Amino acid sequence: MSALTEMSRLKKEPRAKKRKLTAAEKKEERVSYLFLAPWLVGLAVITIGPMAASLYLSFTDYNLLQPPEWTGLENYLRMFEDTRLQNSLGVTFLYVFVSVPLQLIAALALALILDRGMRGLSFYRSIYYLPSLLGGSVAIAVLWRQIFGTDGLINQLLALVGIEGMGWIADPSTALGTLMVLNVWTFGAPMVIFLAGLRQIPTMYYEAAAMDGASKVRQFTTITAPLLTPIIFFNLVLQIIGAFQSFTQAFVVSGGTGGPADSTMFFTLYLYQQGFGNFNMGYASAMAWLLLLIIAAFTFINFIASKWWVFYDD
Amino acid sequence: MTTNIAPQTSTTPATEPKRTEPPASRKKNTEELSGSTGRRLLKHLLLTVFGIIMLYPLLWMLVSSLRPNDVIFREAGLWLDTFEISNYTEGWNALQSPFGHYMINSMIVVIGSIIGNLVSCSMAAYAFARLKFRRRNLLFAIMLMTIMLPIHVIIVPQYIIFSEMGWVNTFIPLVLPKLLATDAFFVFLMVQFIRGLPKELDEAARIDGCGHVRIFTRIILPLMMPALATTTIFTFIWTWNDFFSQLIYLTDPEMYTVPVALRSFVDSTATSSWGSMFAMSIVSLLPVFLVFLFGQKYLVKGIATTGIK
Repeated sequence: MSALTEMSRLKKEPRAKKRKLTAAEKKEERVSYLFLAPWLVGLAVITIGPMAASLYLSFTDYNLLQPPEWTGLENYLRMFEDTRLQNSLGVTFLYVFVSVPLQLIAALALALILDRGMRGLSFYRSIYYLPSLLGGSVAIAVLWRQIFGTDGLINQLLALVGIEGMGWIADPSTALGTLMVLNVWTFGAPMVIFLAGLRQIPTMYYEAAAMDGASKVRQFTTITAPLLTPIIFFNLVLQIIGAFQSFTQAFVVSGGTGGPADSTMFFTLYLYQQGFGNFNMGYASAMAWLLLLIIAAFTFINFIASKWWVFYDD
Repeated sequence: MTTNIAPQTSTTPATEPKRTEPPASRKKNTEELSGSTGRRLLKHLLLTVFGIIMLYPLLWMLVSSLRPNDVIFREAGLWLDTFEISNYTEGWNALQSPFGHYMINSMIVVIGSIIGNLVSCSMAAYAFARLKFRRRNLLFAIMLMTIMLPIHVIIVPQYIIFSEMGWVNTFIPLVLPKLLATDAFFVFLMVQFIRGLPKELDEAARIDGCGHVRIFTRIILPLMMPALATTTIFTFIWTWNDFFSQLIYLTDPEMYTVPVALRSFVDSTATSSWGSMFAMSIVSLLPVFLVFLFGQKYLVKGIATTGIK
């Protein structure tokens, strides 16, 4: 059960009829809110309150010092002229569209190879999973900066086979690629989810198919792939949402600039620069709402599209 | 063999796993399915080679942190001729405070976050999983949606609030949200777990005159130790690695946590001393690695549970 299927289940549940509560039910209600108190306060003060404020600020000019000044749609209209913002959107989309599919393909391929009670499974799983735990850290971004630097590891390896390397991070045409490699490298987390999903498929399906003489490829296309679609869907939605919010790697690798030539300027990095570098809090808020809309749109499209390709057996 | 930490919920019989065969027969079958000895050996060989490629950058960083600076730029191998510990001593003292200071700061934030998540998320989870109240489904749906909410939509006003309170450059903005169960991911994880515990236990306790507070603290909490362990481990790793909010809220070098300190180290020394930079990177990864070693079981179960359809 993932959060995603849980949500679609909730939608289907019929609404309970309104009626007077008994004394015992009233007491349970009071106790419930007692248990929920920290979460409810958090929801109000940390989440919904700031969301409302952020929506308001997105229609203002605000630099933290003077009170916010209402400017209507100006922040949003400004986006149409802000070529750096448009570039950052392009960079982010390219990053998401290239690295997420590659990452999921790697995760699925490894999960398929590792499945089915092979020896050393937990050992391999650990090795492949470890990078995804470390991948988001500053330390790995530091490492990446060196690996793809002019004197870096990649060029040392290329020199061994007689190829002269290049400054991968210094070159605008390859800098984003190094960050994509980093994201693909962290395929361990979706792989573990795929492994768990594969175990849910009863072995008797494969036994029956093998008895009918179905090849491995056919077993994959007729049994594994369809039964795994909910997991693929879940990983896809989750990784897209995560990739849109990537920040640390680009920030550290480019030294906070998004360079060279804005080629690693992720949307979140530009938002950070606008908000916490230039104190354009109004514009940063508008950007945050654009990001939310983009993520929501992608999740929505995924949900709609899933009706055609995700197979639920219930 | 079961991959999810909690048995599937009683409210969703349609998603019950259909696995019926006993583990023993499964083992035999799968060995047969995985082909001949030769092919198996080849598979293990490829998996090992690929694993080494995956870990190679990490191992290389570890080895490089023990090399003199001028060798790092010439050596792609993993063999150590000399054993240079000076990178560690230099890196440790390269910033305003010794690196240990930043590790203690990170530790304070991590421990605060863990306590916050354990207390507040388990309380909310108990209410969602076991108690009946009006608007439960609505609130539960809102809780699920907040899992997917990007932090950027709330960070600006949140920053303004915390700065008005004079809490910038303290750990309060980093820990307080955890005390208020804003990591909804863990609420969901715990709800899943509690739903798998037999309801008869609560009912028996209620007949014995226990209220909900006692049922929660005496029965549910002790039984949900695996879910609490998973939460602890994930909170540790995520908080330790978190960069964005720590970068925003901590600008005073005295208050820097490990990621922020490491980043300022990188900026101040540029490319002159990769050795000490790698040394401190290794130091900063060490706690995560140790937690990974000892908490592997819970990490895998945690990630698998929330991923099962």
